[in-house]
Amino acid sequence: MSRHRIPGRGRVDAGRPVQFTFDGRSYDGLQGDTLASALLSHGVHLMGRSFKYHRPRGPVTAGSEEPNALVGTSRGPGRTEPNTRATVQELRHGLVAESQNRWPTLSFDAGAVNDALSPLFSAGFYYKTFMWPRNFWDKVYEPVIRRAAGLGRAPTEEDPDIYASRYAHTDVLVVGAGPSGIAAALAAARAGASVTLADEGTEIGGSLLSDPGVEIDGSPAWDWLEDRAAELRDLGVTLLTRTTAIGYYHQNFLGLVERLTDHLDEIPHGAPRERMWRLRAARVVLAQGALERPLVFDGNDRPGVMLAGAAQTYLNRYGVAVGERAVVVTSHDSAYYAAFDLADAGIAVPAIIDTRAEIRPDLASEARLRAIEVLSGHTVTATSGRLCVASVTANPVTGGEVGEGRQLRCDCLLVSGGWTPSLHLFSHTKASLSWDAEAGTFLPDRSLEDLHLAGAGRGLWGYAASLSDGAEAGAAAAHALGHAAQATGLLVARDRIGTGITHGQLPTHRAPSRVRAFVDYQNDVTAKDIKLAVSEGMRSIEHVKRYTTTGMATDQGKLSNLNALAIAADALGTTPPQVGLTTFRPPYTPTTFATFAGYHRGAAFEVTRRTPIDGWAEENGAVWEPVGQWRRARHFPQGDEDMDAAVDRECRAVRAGVGIFDASTLGKIDVTGPDAATFMNRMYTNAWTKLAPGRCRYGLLLGEDGYVRDDGVVGRMAEDRFHVTTTTGGAARVLTMMEDYLQTEWPDLDVWLTSTTEHWAVVALNGPRARDVLAPLVEGLDISGEAFPMMSVAECTVAGFPARLFRLSFTGELGYEINVPARHGRALWEALMAAGADHGITPYGTEAMHVLRAEKGFIIVGQDTDGTVTPEDLGLGWTIGKTKEDFVGMRSLSRPDLVARGRKQFVGLLTADGAVRLEEGAQIVDDPDQPLPMRMIGHVTSSYNSAALGRSIALAVVENGRERMGETVHIPMPEGNVEATIAPGVFYDPDGGRAKL
Amino acid sequence: MLLIHCPYCDETLPEMEFAYAGEAHVARPVDPSRTTDEEWRDHLFVRSNTRGPHAERWRHVHGCARFFNAVRDTVTDRVLATYPAGSPRPDLPGKDTP
Repeated sequence: MSRHRIPGRGRVDAGRPVQFTFDGRSYDGLQGDTLASALLSHGVHLMGRSFKYHRPRGPVTAGSEEPNALVGTSRGPGRTEPNTRATVQELRHGLVAESQNRWPTLSFDAGAVNDALSPLFSAGFYYKTFMWPRNFWDKVYEPVIRRAAGLGRAPTEEDPDIYASRYAHTDVLVVGAGPSGIAAALAAARAGASVTLADEGTEIGGSLLSDPGVEIDGSPAWDWLEDRAAELRDLGVTLLTRTTAIGYYHQNFLGLVERLTDHLDEIPHGAPRERMWRLRAARVVLAQGALERPLVFDGNDRPGVMLAGAAQTYLNRYGVAVGERAVVVTSHDSAYYAAFDLADAGIAVPAIIDTRAEIRPDLASEARLRAIEVLSGHTVTATSGRLCVASVTANPVTGGEVGEGRQLRCDCLLVSGGWTPSLHLFSHTKASLSWDAEAGTFLPDRSLEDLHLAGAGRGLWGYAASLSDGAEAGAAAAHALGHAAQATGLLVARDRIGTGITHGQLPTHRAPSRVRAFVDYQNDVTAKDIKLAVSEGMRSIEHVKRYTTTGMATDQGKLSNLNALAIAADALGTTPPQVGLTTFRPPYTPTTFATFAGYHRGAAFEVTRRTPIDGWAEENGAVWEPVGQWRRARHFPQGDEDMDAAVDRECRAVRAGVGIFDASTLGKIDVTGPDAATFMNRMYTNAWTKLAPGRCRYGLLLGEDGYVRDDGVVGRMAEDRFHVTTTTGGAARVLTMMEDYLQTEWPDLDVWLTSTTEHWAVVALNGPRARDVLAPLVEGLDISGEAFPMMSVAECTVAGFPARLFRLSFTGELGYEINVPARHGRALWEALMAAGADHGITPYGTEAMHVLRAEKGFIIVGQDTDGTVTPEDLGLGWTIGKTKEDFVGMRSLSRPDLVARGRKQFVGLLTADGAVRLEEGAQIVDDPDQPLPMRMIGHVTSSYNSAALGRSIALAVVENGRERMGETVHIPMPEGNVEATIAPGVFYDPDGGRAKL
Repeated sequence: MLLIHCPYCDETLPEMEFAYAGEAHVARPVDPSRTTDEEWRDHLFVRSNTRGPHAERWRHVHGCARFFNAVRDTVTDRVLATYPAGSPRPDLPGKDTP
């Protein structure tokens, strides 16, 4: 039995020892321990070093609000976690824990030199210091100072665990399974509501687990708990323990994180580590309880200084004495009960220092019974001890004057500055709070959500009050859902009622510069820092917070916020509500990224769309690129070709022979109905009325602002049917836009829109031999140049499959696009490959396609356009139907700024040295020697090496570019200036004869 | 996550089934060519930016795919009413536009 374990006490299992290590040393604990309680049972208080000053620190709490006892835990490769709270981590066999932010060891930490230098690291240190010299940023500040101030290291291996996700609905969600939460769940469930009861602890009970002496309805608290747990199960209540409600979102939608395996000795095969519940509740009962508030005095951060309630929990729940000689300092009655429990367990409690002048008579006499001296009307002005507290100095305060101090020897100091209702989740709902001056805390005011608050979470104190309040909240929730419900009262014996007052910093007679009174333990923010921030002009708590970093640590100010607020208010001579309260935001406690990601990892991170021909491309060595959510074959390298070589070869094959390309990802929309032509006229810039069935046309789609949104070839299949194609990435956007106009502006039009993108597989054949390959496979159509000229479309049979055959060209060569039902896509591809074998048919990818179209000056919307480009800017004014009176975006084309001179126009660029390829996105200037910042007159939109031209080519937008053909411009790059000449955008076959073969 | 009532499906469903589509009751002029530059600018770009009940368009994009209108309070982020596209904005008692 370890030295500080009290046999027969607590809820730990003395028959089941658990071995673990801390900083390489072996310890034993008991089943039911937390890492903190197990270490404390060996007298180990020192568990970490603070963030900035590297001061030695021990646990101050026994719960999830712990700011100090953060350790690294691990259980094998990938399963390491930094900043695990030792007060939450349940003990398991073989647990490996390491302290953080210390070197070389926890008890001798070289970084503690920062503590001696603390006058240098005052509030706003970052803002004041990291100003100069500039190159110190990279060389000193970031690498050295950032590392010296820190928490644990993030793991670098991939997380091998599974993280689950579940959606659920419930009538009533009760958050917090303390006495009021249990009473609420029972009242609602007994009335017939479906109830979910969630608690972050390992079992239900909350504060009752630390108060076994209380009697409820004639039963000892723990017997009552056991009976109620059974009853909750019998009533079908969903009990979620080890489950933290991390966020409260709109309309009673809550995120809850359930921890499933961290407490287990072995991880069951395939078991998820954590599960995110996304839960929608008709009513919510918040019974989160209250958090004990520390007192702010010099040396209040030494290991062994701990909240009184935490010491009571370690004693009663874990059977661990946190010391052998405990002094208590308090401003609230609750600490007396902790002192009595410790004294009754045989721990020496020489004194209770109470900041209040008046002590409740029954508490005073109970203290006398135990020979505990009560120092009323006292303050604390100092503590001593290096790695653990050794003494505390108590001074009387009379008439605001701090008198002579008296040193009291101790090995632990139990502190209570009152209790703060946990209003985090309540505040997530954008609820309002009200300031209770008497209690010195905020209380819940109003929320729009269908919620109830109960117990200590709304400022009540004592078990009888919390139990009946919880029952009433549960009954009210059930009643609101139409159940007849009633709250039954409970008899509580040996209740622990109490009141208290709150403080900012405790009064002291010592020089302010010598006082190290910590407000935010983890971020090392002292009362002096907060006062400095106020004296330097910070007036709002939001500014004080950011300037001092108080409340910005991993505990998010659960212990420090109200003390910081009170100190700032005192310094400003005003009240806390006038200084304000920082906003509580989810998550309530630190939450792993993986839990948010859930199943959306690796291959399931995002949908990957694949064409019917994807399998062939994969088998033939395609290199992929993501386009929208598709993966597309970028090129098909042969042998040891790099991308440039493969693309050159693919381009040459198309220009000289025939290439084959999977164009299935093109967006396709079927526009059908008696008013189809009218609809197309209104949507697109082009004139569609006179386009005969069997013909197709390049269509341009604008936004109402006149800027190009999308383009694509549109085939008229019949009087009342258009086969519209869109860009790959724009398909959904275009359909949404069409639906919007059809449904909301022109509901009178008789038109149906159908997305057919995935209905058709599309194979493009391009090159002078395209017809030679295709013709033998076509039935029911003469595809000779005369019978089926450029921009024709027809239905026919290709390779035995029903097809829509387009004759068009995005490469400048003779070209066809063959649409067949998707299920025939691969068979068609293979038939064409076989038919083309004698012609040297060459599969090409998106990169070659880009080069080929750029040689022809064809735009890619989204690459050559950026949402501020008009048809005229692109030289595509010819697409606008001259006699049209209206189409989407037409009115904007006459807006003053769209007709003004000086707009950037789409042109070609040829570098002076054809071996130099420009960078896409590079800025263009007239004079490379002008002073900075230079005036930029355009930018490069597309740039490639052209196999056909034997040099690089580029497309760009340049101010008044079309008037400046042949002029020289400059592209300044980090490696030096590049000179280029403005050229027409069509580099290859400018007359377009090759496509018309 | 908001719960939104689709007036066509007549079901109240999670926000993730819907897509926001801007302010409602901004009708496209019947003949844009007759608008002045200022009128057209206002149609394109000027919106009410209401604090309080705000009429706006939503689309049940992962359901019936239809556009409808909603009155949402931009302060409380509550949807106060939904109604089909083309219907007038409903009067909501006690919910005056500030």
